[in-house]
Amino acid sequence: MSGVLLARTMRNPAQIATLDAAGWTALIGAARAEQMLGNLAHRLEGLAMPAAAARILADARASAGQGRIAALWEAEMARRALAPLGVPVVLLKGTAFVAAGLSAGAGRSIGDLDILVPHAVLDVVEHALLAAGWEWVKPDPYDDAYYRRWMHELPPLIHRSRDRMIDVHHTILPRTARPTPDAALLIADAMPLGNGLSVLSREDMLVHAAAHLFADGDLAGGLRNLWDIHCLLDEWDAPGFREHVSTRARHHGLGEAIARAMRLSDALYGAGAKLTAADRWFVRRVTGRDGWGVQRRKASEQAFYLRGHLLRMPPPMLARHLWTKWRKGYRPIG
Amino acid sequence: MNHVFAVRIGPVGFRVGSDWRAPIDTLADLYRDYPAPEDGIPDFSVRLFARRPWRRVLRPQVMIGGDYTIPDAAPLPLSLGLLAAEMGMNLQMALAQRRYLLLHASCIERDGRAILMTGESGAGKSTLAALMMARGWRLMGDEFALVEPETGLIYSFPRLVSLKNQSVGVVGEALRGARFGPWQRDTPKGDIRHLVPDGASIAAMAEPARAAAILFPAYGHAPDRREVAPGECFVRLTQASTNYVALGERGFDTLTRLVRDVPATAIDYPDAATACAMVEEFAA
Repeated sequence: MSGVLLARTMRNPAQIATLDAAGWTALIGAARAEQMLGNLAHRLEGLAMPAAAARILADARASAGQGRIAALWEAEMARRALAPLGVPVVLLKGTAFVAAGLSAGAGRSIGDLDILVPHAVLDVVEHALLAAGWEWVKPDPYDDAYYRRWMHELPPLIHRSRDRMIDVHHTILPRTARPTPDAALLIADAMPLGNGLSVLSREDMLVHAAAHLFADGDLAGGLRNLWDIHCLLDEWDAPGFREHVSTRARHHGLGEAIARAMRLSDALYGAGAKLTAADRWFVRRVTGRDGWGVQRRKASEQAFYLRGHLLRMPPPMLARHLWTKWRKGYRPIG
Repeated sequence: MNHVFAVRIGPVGFRVGSDWRAPIDTLADLYRDYPAPEDGIPDFSVRLFARRPWRRVLRPQVMIGGDYTIPDAAPLPLSLGLLAAEMGMNLQMALAQRRYLLLHASCIERDGRAILMTGESGAGKSTLAALMMARGWRLMGDEFALVEPETGLIYSFPRLVSLKNQSVGVVGEALRGARFGPWQRDTPKGDIRHLVPDGASIAAMAEPARAAAILFPAYGHAPDRREVAPGECFVRLTQASTNYVALGERGFDTLTRLVRDVPATAIDYPDAATACAMVEEFAA
């Protein structure tokens, strides 16, 4: 599977010396499918490689550079819209990585702007964004009501002239999920960037990445999330750091998620780790792309889709939800 | 994928994988004089696949996939497999090309001078480019002109020329002995036939050229020409570019230089012969 090839290359860039044309094609295809071409391009910068590959990766670096500018600009636009409110605004995920100058941001593709604000100010934040040119994306009343009642974020908003989405979070997991992270502490301990915005503390940034990966969703994009986690662990590596992260994760009810995140990122990108039988299923799931970037392990994909939903909500609610979506013509995979 | 074809068009390498043999055989025949991707590593992959296994054989329907896709794209019948492959390759360029500023324009060249022709669908871009090829110009492309940000040079992208409806006959008259693909009937844009560019255009496809004129042709009017000021030209070309926004400052600088350096003219024409004569005036 070329998902495995991608992980192996990110761990040990020198092994590109063994790649033939088909190997390069599969590597680039998998990296594109996982939205990691920019990460790969940064990782392989300066190494000897065929001219065609060098050109593709140079384009990817330029493209990620432009993506970084656009992401930071979008954060600045949100800052300007929200500054008059005087509420804390915490950047999350990719935008936080590049705003804080972290290695996890090198070449990372960044789509939506994700921010975290206190639950108590959601209404005023929403109105300030609407006044500044953001609009609703989801016209469906069921989806809208679902987001507001059960999710950890507002329904997505899109800016009408810049065409960029913003996800406004009030915590890092859906309310329906079993763990209940301490959202107030996430905000209280955030690190100011000096411009009115902040990013999560080191420990919380890792906890959020792990929560996003294992406690929410179907592990699509798992290879990239685990790369983020690997880079963050590596960046702040120091005696006792991992223990701090684990203690913090347990406080948020995410001890297991962070432990698995560390094992899998070490196994895929680091010095290796002792994996459990369940861990191996996760590895199979995240590395299931073929040489065309297509997800091949369909059964595993379906199983993790169901798992993601079971984590999000109790079974009777899940049944109701899936039935409603099915009636509306939504088909998850296929 | 069961069947695979790889090709280089101008500076861009593609591979097309397919669940069916027929589209790949057609591509291999029509593109037989084109080189393979540099180093055997394509820039982009396109996949033609069946959404459900039985759709391979039972009223076969081609889904267009690849490195970059748009959601909810409708499938095409297998008889339009060639069109699907061409659409898939264009889609990769439109969505993900970042090395060049992409202009939705046809382009011809003589003596190192490139003439760009842009306009709405139906303005006659492809037909004019094919007819000028018949008059000895090099065809650089009928769909996209590639502008290199570092140099401002135009790179060729001479894919198969997509001709629609009556223009197939008009071009067939002018280019006796030219090779065409199979008719692609009843597409959303009517009946389409793909023309293989001539040997000289294919052989010279790696050679860039300096832009000498930008034309905005419009079909169905009395002959007329009007200078287009750089400001208007800039705005029209931002609309004709699929990656202007994505390139950010590089895109702005590239387009600004192009409209400053290259004169632009709107030409109205009543018929093909008049149009060709009008374009010919920009030769020197």
